[in-house]
Amino acid sequence: MDAICNWCDALLSNPIWFYLITTVLKLVLMFAVILAFVVISVWIERRVAGWIQDRPGPNRAGLPLFLLQRFGSKEKQPLKELLHFFGIPEGSCIAKLCQWLRFDREIPFFGLIQPCLDGGKLFLKQELTPSYVRKAYFIVAPMLVLGPPMVAAAVIPFASSVETAYGSISMCVANLGIGPLWVFAISGLSVYGLTLAGWASNSKYPFIGGMRATAQLISYEVAMGLSVIPLFMMFGTLNLQEIVQAQAANGWTLLPLWGEGLSPQRWALMLPLLISFLVFVTCVFAEANRTPFDMAECETDLVGGYHTEYSSMKFASFFMGEYAAMVIGSAIVVTLFLGGWSIGFGADAALAGICPWLAVCCQFAMFILKLLAFIFFFVWVRWTLPRFRWDQVMKLGWLVFLELTVANIFLTAAVLYFVK
Amino acid sequence: MAYLPLKRPKFSLLDRLYVVELVKGLGITLKHLVLSLLGKSRGKKDFNSPSGVGVCMQFPEQRWDERLPEYYRGAPVLVRGEDGRERCVSCQLCEFICPARAIKVTPGAVEPSASCQKQEKAPAEFEIDMLRCIYCGMCQEACPEQAIFLSKEYLITLTDRDRAVRNKETLYRLGGMRKGLVNKWNQYK
Repeated sequence: MDAICNWCDALLSNPIWFYLITTVLKLVLMFAVILAFVVISVWIERRVAGWIQDRPGPNRAGLPLFLLQRFGSKEKQPLKELLHFFGIPEGSCIAKLCQWLRFDREIPFFGLIQPCLDGGKLFLKQELTPSYVRKAYFIVAPMLVLGPPMVAAAVIPFASSVETAYGSISMCVANLGIGPLWVFAISGLSVYGLTLAGWASNSKYPFIGGMRATAQLISYEVAMGLSVIPLFMMFGTLNLQEIVQAQAANGWTLLPLWGEGLSPQRWALMLPLLISFLVFVTCVFAEANRTPFDMAECETDLVGGYHTEYSSMKFASFFMGEYAAMVIGSAIVVTLFLGGWSIGFGADAALAGICPWLAVCCQFAMFILKLLAFIFFFVWVRWTLPRFRWDQVMKLGWLVFLELTVANIFLTAAVLYFVK
Repeated sequence: MAYLPLKRPKFSLLDRLYVVELVKGLGITLKHLVLSLLGKSRGKKDFNSPSGVGVCMQFPEQRWDERLPEYYRGAPVLVRGEDGRERCVSCQLCEFICPARAIKVTPGAVEPSASCQKQEKAPAEFEIDMLRCIYCGMCQEACPEQAIFLSKEYLITLTDRDRAVRNKETLYRLGGMRKGLVNKWNQYK
């Protein structure tokens, strides 16, 4: 036992091994979170869509009780027996709650199993590769869509750093000095997947879908990059971890209510920052190919867009890639504008004073919460706005956002220079 | 031809900025979301929706059956008259008009035991393929004998393709008796 402890101690004392082990752990955590969020965001999408359209959404897919004949069939009403066993009268609040939650019919999971079942279905479906496609590119394309969002997630901080006996752990996989640039560069790569899919399919509609995806990405990448420059002018750094730490100390970008955030300069900056936020969020929508900007898979004019010819798990990887892009988009918006992992109102420093690991856990939970809220916003917008027309999308990108963001940079510079 | 140029609405600057209208739209969808979560969706009372979220009926547990309108078009069936006579005279009009070619009639002689012998033919076999039927009701329209009707049966779930074809016996059993006498084959009238 002692030998093992000593060995671990020696291993962790070596800075290279310490770095490797912590990085692998963080990687696993990040991957798990993203994959779980892909599943959860599909569920949120369908559920919220249902509620907005006055219907329940997927609420079945529980474990039906007839599978559990042993524990009592539907007729025998296992719920009643259970309530009787615990001495809860029928008609009481608890019994009614149980009925409202459909415990009397099946063991429900609120439809959460639905995405898993969808995945299983897609695995079992027939894999159809048309004879006229370019096989190699056709197979590579879905991987190119799913990969980049996962890689881009590496720089997103999900908690503050922690001091351990062996060294400090910064709670993001790669603490790069060029955080946002990395995200833009890598997430821009995912459009190659779409274009390649459209091209390799050797079919008209996928081709047009791929072309649209490219044009849209080019148009909005410019505005996206320019829109966050005011932010970097204010923070003076490109390191996402440092940006979030600054927000934790001095107020979130859009909520400067504590620390130095109460200065007149900071409040004068609110206008350019709000413009930045609006433009950036719109560009994230466009980059993630979400409604109202899902021109690349616009089913009214393009059948299924770039994934028309795909089936089974290849289609599923496009689907997952789209949702992963949405998750990463939400994460970067949350990190840049909504305070990232910071709990706010000085609670971060207070918690870290009590116990650093408690602070990290709370911050992680806060980050997840903010991420969920923003994914909800994504879905909410999707079921509110109709799709733009193609020329409107291009006009908005080149004629409105580009000018607006450039002007915004000068506005920010003026505010930084004149208001002290 | 004279035409009227359609006047497009003039949008104010506020409308064209899009942001305010977007927020209004988000408000509307959020209202629907909250109301359906609270179980107070609009139209829920009129619809008399018995359960849960939104104005949905939870299908297998709750059914529309007693609220189906008179004109509902379900599976086609054959009917007998009040006197128990099989109304179908095997004219095959339904077979010819069926756009999905679901009906197949094999004409035959009138059985000696039948209550009415005046008609020339009776179906020896009458088959409807429920996998082909599109519930359009053309057979009912075309039938000169008021012998085939669309019932209100809508739950046709099959485990086997062969069972999809309904024969004469099944169709008469499902159709049952129809009120109102068709007297044209009654020799005493």
